[in-house]
Amino acid sequence: MTNLMTLRPLNGTVAQLTARSLLGRKRTVLLSLLPLALLALCALARILGSLDPGIADELQGPLAADLLGAFGIAIMMPLLGLIAGTGSIGPEIDEGSIVYLLAKPLNRYSIVVTKLVVAIGVVIAFGAVPVFVAGVVLTGEVGSVAIAYAVGALAAGVAYSAVFLMLAVITRNAVVVGLIYALIWESLVGGLVPGAQALSIQQWATAVLKQVFGDGAYSLGIGAAVEFTTGLVALIVVTLAATGYAGRRLQTLRLNDDS
Amino acid sequence: MSTLELEQVSRWYGNVVAVNDVTMRLDPGVTGLLGPNGAGKSTLIHMMAGFLGPSAGTVTLDGRALIRDPEIYRDIGLVPEREEMYDTVSGWAFVLANAKLHKLADPEAAARRAIDIVEMADVQERDIRTYSKGMKQRIKMATAIVHDPTVLLLDEPFNGMDPRQRLHLMDLLHRLGDEGRTILFSSHILEEVEQIAGRIEVMVAGRHAASGDFREIRRLMTQRPHQYTIRSDDDRALASAVMADPSTAGVELIPAGDGSSLHVQATDFAAFTHALPAVATRHGIRLLEVRPADESLESVFSYLVTR
Repeated sequence: MTNLMTLRPLNGTVAQLTARSLLGRKRTVLLSLLPLALLALCALARILGSLDPGIADELQGPLAADLLGAFGIAIMMPLLGLIAGTGSIGPEIDEGSIVYLLAKPLNRYSIVVTKLVVAIGVVIAFGAVPVFVAGVVLTGEVGSVAIAYAVGALAAGVAYSAVFLMLAVITRNAVVVGLIYALIWESLVGGLVPGAQALSIQQWATAVLKQVFGDGAYSLGIGAAVEFTTGLVALIVVTLAATGYAGRRLQTLRLNDDS
Repeated sequence: MSTLELEQVSRWYGNVVAVNDVTMRLDPGVTGLLGPNGAGKSTLIHMMAGFLGPSAGTVTLDGRALIRDPEIYRDIGLVPEREEMYDTVSGWAFVLANAKLHKLADPEAAARRAIDIVEMADVQERDIRTYSKGMKQRIKMATAIVHDPTVLLLDEPFNGMDPRQRLHLMDLLHRLGDEGRTILFSSHILEEVEQIAGRIEVMVAGRHAASGDFREIRRLMTQRPHQYTIRSDDDRALASAVMADPSTAGVELIPAGDGSSLHVQATDFAAFTHALPAVATRHGIRLLEVRPADESLESVFSYLVTR
């Protein structure tokens, strides 16, 4: 842990190299698909709302919250976190090019923290910002819906990125394990077994956005499996623990070799 | 000037022993690490580069343990075997990034110097993905020497190089070695090692099979018993003639189709190859074919291990 204490946390060169490989053409297209789908969906809802006053009322009520919660927080953020978190280090480990970072007098925690910051930047740009814009499009105002869901998306994106980055350091099958967690544990098991919801980044993030909403959350039917404090602490602990563990594992990372 | 020392080093993965009780010392100059594929050369280099801790024994650089200490990379340069780099950046940008990662005082000057040394200045602005294998190898080399390390570890650096590029790299390694750096490169090709390394370490099946001056190991390799398959215009006469020569340990006459061939076990490679033509001439026998029967690299290395 002394390494963590004496850490100069960010390295500009590592960030540049990470951003260049993370934002390659194919991955940028992949990253853009989800927010574009969300924005298209919200724009469609808004157009329908302008044609039908009933839908317009719903958009000011629970429909906006349902859409942003079900698509933005439950589907888009885990997938973006998975692409950004694993993509910020996984390909380098698989290819072996990580050796150019490891064969340097660099603190391993600083490598992980830098990569996490780049991944978080990506989930903000492709996740939290589009969620905010989607909220504005749906409700027609820069109001509590847009702000609360953007904050929730950010909270979820940070934790997902950290967890999936750690997975990429410890296993070559990070994407599969990540998908199993996001789709099976959070969506399926979490939907069927109430206890499982307490161990869900999605629920922790929902608790945070509910707090940002304040009293209005109840009228929109926003519910979280945990209290705000529990959710916030869980998000912070998981993010820090995943980052710390990834840095530790990077110290003795076994490199692939062909022989 | 640096010395890299391995003391009774073993490394195993589960039940598989990759490196078995290796002790060696690398002093300034060029050392070749020779061995067939799968002999444990890469594992050894990864341990010397501090990426892998030994399961037993110690690896030290000037007395310092290597594992879990990123500061050692101020003194060590590594050319990995794998080709992948950050392909979407230019050669210049990549070498410069490496200089910055080393936190050098003047990264631009260091990158320029390293690129000049490997003679890549003309194509430095091109993306790495457009480079040939040899060019990639040279850019890898530039990233390894950009911080002027005292130790340079190269894992199969000649793979995929054409003869001209090989000569260039050999020349460069000679020069860097003459400057007092401790250089180790691995190879599975005897001739490559012969041309550069004053000293070689031979690994076979995870074990340190031989160590020392190249000429000494060459002698061990060439003076081992050899087997030959020989065809001549009078195999029976040749069989009795070579058997009378002390360089031959045994002869077998093998009938084959309408003719035959001889299977000869020689006691000494050099002596037999000199004796055979003389014996044949003396007895008026014409040699039609002389073929070594066990010249694979593995058999040469296996001989060194079983000695």
